Amino acid sequence: MIGSLSTLLPLGVQNPLFWILGMPLFGSLFLACLPNWHHAVWVNVLISAATLAAAASLLVVRPAETLLFFIDDFNIYLVGLTAFVGFTTSLFSSAYIGRESRDRRLLPQHLRFYHSMYQAFLFTMLLALTANNIGVLWVAVEAATLTTVLMVSLYRTREAIEAAWKYFILCSVGIGLALFGTILVYLAAQPVMGDGVPAMAWTQMIKRAGAFQPELMSLAFVFLLVGYGTKVGLAPLHAWLPDAHAEGPTPISAVLSGLLLNVALYALLRFKMLIAANSHALQPGPLMIAMGCSSIFLASFMLYRRGDIKRLFAYSSIEHMGIITFAFGMGGTLANFAGLLHMTMHSLVKSAIFFAVGMITQAAGTKRIADIRGLTTSHPFLGWSFVIAVLAIAGLPPMGIFMSEFLVISSTFARNAWLAVPVMIGLLITFGALIWRLQGMAFGRPGQLVADSERRHQSTFVRAIGMIPLVAHLVLALVAGVYLPDALVAWFQAVGKLLG
Amino acid sequence: MNPAEHLASFGRISYDTAHLIGAVILMMSFGLLYQRRLTAVIRTYSLQAMVLALAAAWQALVQDAPHLYASALIALLFKGIAVPFALNWLVRRLGIHRTVETALGIGPTMIAGVGLVALSIVLVLPVTASSTAMTRENLAIAMSVVLLGLLMMITRRNAVTQVVGFMSLENGLILAAVGAKGMPLVVEISIAFSVLVAMALFGIFFFRIRERFDSLDIAYLETFRGERR
Repeated sequence: MIGSLSTLLPLGVQNPLFWILGMPLFGSLFLACLPNWHHAVWVNVLISAATLAAAASLLVVRPAETLLFFIDDFNIYLVGLTAFVGFTTSLFSSAYIGRESRDRRLLPQHLRFYHSMYQAFLFTMLLALTANNIGVLWVAVEAATLTTVLMVSLYRTREAIEAAWKYFILCSVGIGLALFGTILVYLAAQPVMGDGVPAMAWTQMIKRAGAFQPELMSLAFVFLLVGYGTKVGLAPLHAWLPDAHAEGPTPISAVLSGLLLNVALYALLRFKMLIAANSHALQPGPLMIAMGCSSIFLASFMLYRRGDIKRLFAYSSIEHMGIITFAFGMGGTLANFAGLLHMTMHSLVKSAIFFAVGMITQAAGTKRIADIRGLTTSHPFLGWSFVIAVLAIAGLPPMGIFMSEFLVISSTFARNAWLAVPVMIGLLITFGALIWRLQGMAFGRPGQLVADSERRHQSTFVRAIGMIPLVAHLVLALVAGVYLPDALVAWFQAVGKLLG
Repeated sequence: MNPAEHLASFGRISYDTAHLIGAVILMMSFGLLYQRRLTAVIRTYSLQAMVLALAAAWQALVQDAPHLYASALIALLFKGIAVPFALNWLVRRLGIHRTVETALGIGPTMIAGVGLVALSIVLVLPVTASSTAMTRENLAIAMSVVLLGLLMMITRRNAVTQVVGFMSLENGLILAAVGAKGMPLVVEISIAFSVLVAMALFGIFFFRIRERFDSLDIAYLETFRGERR
């Protein structure tokens, strides 16, 4: 048993997966034992940086595939993105946490827990992304839910507990249904693949997916779509998402939006690839297109009624996940390319927005949009960065989101012009809502609260540390919008083909 | 599988026993919907978990898969004994209302439950035409248990009954997993779920959650959503 396990697990030091998964796992245990949170903040940053370095080494060394873990063109980029945003968020978190702790909103014992859970969360996401076994994938997504539930409830306010409970119950049911779907996939594969571990290894399954029982695969996909779709936040299964984003600490909102939703969608896409390889099973595309469109529409209308700044951008995340799901539902190399690009851009820009929102709510002392006014006057640098980030997420050129949205719509037009119409309408409605909200927050006379908080300065160094991730993300999104390197384009195209 | 072969699997002891145990689990699911008192709900859940342990042990014997005994043991010790004990303690400790508060009456819930069972049979039996009879029937029963658990979560107000609904849904999932011949990772999945359940109980205790959070007071909802001006 132990002998067979050692061949399955990445235990060699020369294997990048050993470091990618090992760093956050042992980091989490180490941080749980570290009593001083001042040290924990920097240890957290260091571990995240080391994980990022390990992820970067994947470009050079690609580990051999085992029955439990594998790296292919698709997940290598998500591993990189996750490690990168994980690292920048840990930087932002170092500035954010210092402020929260000084304002006595978080106690030292909470912070110890927070840092440990942060690394545990990164571990579960990286585990989900590198898992070859669909059972391990499921366990990892479940564990990611657990760690984030704990972090959403960190503030211990009634709202935070309610949000965490709602998130917990809804996503538990969601992953429960996803497990049922996973069991059905195994049952569909078992007559072809035989009993045991190979019948759950994705790389083995995809080779013979054409021979799986098509009816069982169709039924399974419905369960998987509803199950993992709950975690992606697709309407009408999105109810947990705005609350969880709004009530947790802001660095967690950033990784929830920027990373966890991607991971859930990644799980769904792996199953979509399996079912698409089976010509007799149902077409996954139309279902995904329908869910995507409903998310875009619901979120775009909901944006107008939001009074809470974090909730506003949570709904914007639902909209963007809708666009990405729609793009992958359309399928074809170009639409998949657009979906992948949009996934990347949304991760970068949305987490940048949450970094800005975190600093804004700390400066203004409130999350109410009505009380936040004149940011460009009171905090020029933060204010203008926020303006740029919101314009980017609304889809204005020259930022990367514009390019990916343009690609989604133009590729849809080429295939079925009528399908592009609802997406365009949804995008326009969203655009209006975001610009309208932005105007009030960014311009005009600074509000009373904003001016008051100016007196409570944070040291310049810490503020700069908090600002670096925001600027870095926006610069990357801008560069991607203006110029994508040929190598990256070729690679995205290759993945787009892989996705079918 | 042709009808003759299908008929032949009736009367075989391995199939009949699995079928019987599955049916008892399904009955317990209806029992959960029917109970009006919290202690009775918890007792019914405990019984269901114990029967599930029996189902897992039977599958371990029939499939010759010793790792399923571990699943059976988890179901028996954790879900059948520890969880009900903890739930009873919670109800006493937090002074939770002892009668089950329903969002939908018992009668309509039972009718909806029967409808869900019919739905799962109609869905599962045709799509598993080429599987063995054991897989087919087991899957149909497991899916019914999952859907009934979902129904219970929707129609009960109290946080404890909601969690019991989730755990009974999970019993259905484990039933499906042990019935899938040769499925790996079943034990790991049982453990992962146990952690989830332990978290839920811990959450109820730690945050003193009594009600499910859907207060009928709209004013409260508005403050919560940050929409009140």
